[in-house]
Amino acid sequence: MISVWEPLVALSLVASGVVVLAAGLGLYRLPDFFQRMHAPALASTLAAWLVTLGSIVYLSWRSNELYLHGWLIIIVLSITAPISSAVLARAALFRRRQAGDPLPPPLLAQEDPQPPPPNDSPTEAADR
Amino acid sequence: MKRLLPYPLLSSGLLAMWLLLNEPFTPGNLLLGLLVALGLPRLVASLRPPAGPMQRPLVLIRLILRVGAAVIRSAIEVARGVFRARRHAPRGRFVQVPLELRDEHALAALLMITAVIPGTVWSELAPDRSALLLHVFDLDDEAEFITSFKALYEHPLKEIFE
Repeated sequence: MISVWEPLVALSLVASGVVVLAAGLGLYRLPDFFQRMHAPALASTLAAWLVTLGSIVYLSWRSNELYLHGWLIIIVLSITAPISSAVLARAALFRRRQAGDPLPPPLLAQEDPQPPPPNDSPTEAADR
Repeated sequence: MKRLLPYPLLSSGLLAMWLLLNEPFTPGNLLLGLLVALGLPRLVASLRPPAGPMQRPLVLIRLILRVGAAVIRSAIEVARGVFRARRHAPRGRFVQVPLELRDEHALAALLMITAVIPGTVWSELAPDRSALLLHVFDLDDEAEFITSFKALYEHPLKEIFE
């Protein structure tokens, strides 16, 4: 039996596959670490959303009741993925600055009235 | 009421998650979920400074929808940029965005937004939170990017958290 939902499920799964392909290709092709960091974000956002959409539609259609667990995947992913991406970016900045690569200098305290605590090197204090 | 339920938003979120994970819906699951929702925020309260009240639920909902739309749009852009990378390389670079946000929870939300949207990576925050270093996947007009970033994401967060 072919329902209207079946093409929608198939479409979202294939689209998600294409997005993951772009993510993998990006990791392989892009020249620079910071450029490459953008590619996996595709897999953890749009591709995961599409798979979730497909599974919500499929399971709701099959069981005739609304299946909403899937949303939790999206929510938990969007809470956890930023942590690893921020930590990776910080580590890469730190190491490449030490290696003397042409990167923007560390951000320093600017116009704020309270100065940052003394004895803190800028790289250590930067993520507080 | 305030003493019984110091973190209403966190508690209701935990309860909703518990009930979703433990289908079918039964009185026993509801009881366990209520235990988790009321107990867990208290247990972990000492780990984080308490968040201020979140104002403007409408602004929050609009911000979430806007981020969702931006994720789809920029994911397509980044995917296209990857497929075309051989012919013309994306102009990735660092952008320094001056910040007005100071609240740490608002900044955490901003980190989530930049990390969830493909094409921007949160790289560094100034020690006094006065500026943010972002890496952008493909950018031609830096000034325009900064103004639209601040208007789209920073200003609503300022309204919600400060």
